Amino acid sequence: MIACMPRAATTADAFNAVAEPRRRQILDVLAGGERPVNDLVRALGLAQPQVSKHLRVLREVGAVDVRGEGRQRLYRLNGHALKPIHDWVKTYEQSWSERFDQLDVVLEELKKAEGASGGDE
Amino acid sequence: MTLPTDEQILITREFDAPKHLVYKAWTTPELVKRWWHANRGEMTVAEIDLRVGGRWRYVMVADGGFKVAFHGEYREIVPNERLVSTEVYEAMPDAEALDTLMLADEDARTLMTLLVQHSSKEHRDAHIESGMEDGLQEALDLLEQVASSLR
Repeated sequence: MIACMPRAATTADAFNAVAEPRRRQILDVLAGGERPVNDLVRALGLAQPQVSKHLRVLREVGAVDVRGEGRQRLYRLNGHALKPIHDWVKTYEQSWSERFDQLDVVLEELKKAEGASGGDE
Repeated sequence: MTLPTDEQILITREFDAPKHLVYKAWTTPELVKRWWHANRGEMTVAEIDLRVGGRWRYVMVADGGFKVAFHGEYREIVPNERLVSTEVYEAMPDAEALDTLMLADEDARTLMTLLVQHSSKEHRDAHIESGMEDGLQEALDLLEQVASSLR
């Protein structure tokens, strides 16, 4: 049973950014620490323009930050930008958890009612 | 909540009540109305025709006026033990799932297992409304990692 969480889809949001397997791969690599673009090219086995394209999408949603150091551009993960996804997926779990908390209340009453009526089940 | 296969969602929970009461709370309309809303709104409809081939329908008006409706058909009924039904979110009528509720005794407690089986990974992911094309479990693992690094 679905938790009701309508969400407007836009091309430049974190949800779209992580929908692409290559971009998740980039995030995986960056989860290990800051990396220059060359490392990412090597890790993904893609041509640099492709990697740059994915990095641009990730930067647009703030999922990665970039800084220049000398002639190198270093990329790092910005977890805060991805937190909405995490929170949002969690709301599905949470809605069940809240449902069950309510069910606990109902069950307590049923137990009492059964005890009062001398039920032997 | 776990995602055992690409088409499934598995939810488990323990209740401090015997299983016939959990079953009763799950299959009695006026009781369902008291918990199924998950504090997200008010249930205006809870219809349960508890027999094989019988139908159920739940409607909730969420806070803010957004209406969500679900219906399905009972496929298998073993009172106090097992309840299998189809489930359709009326806004996505093509994505029918099969829900299996299982109740097991744990002394005076009940271990509940709810397995939601979708016909495809796409439907399951749409059910969770993840908006992700694929790799939901991997994405969840990654996000879990990311979230814990934020604490």
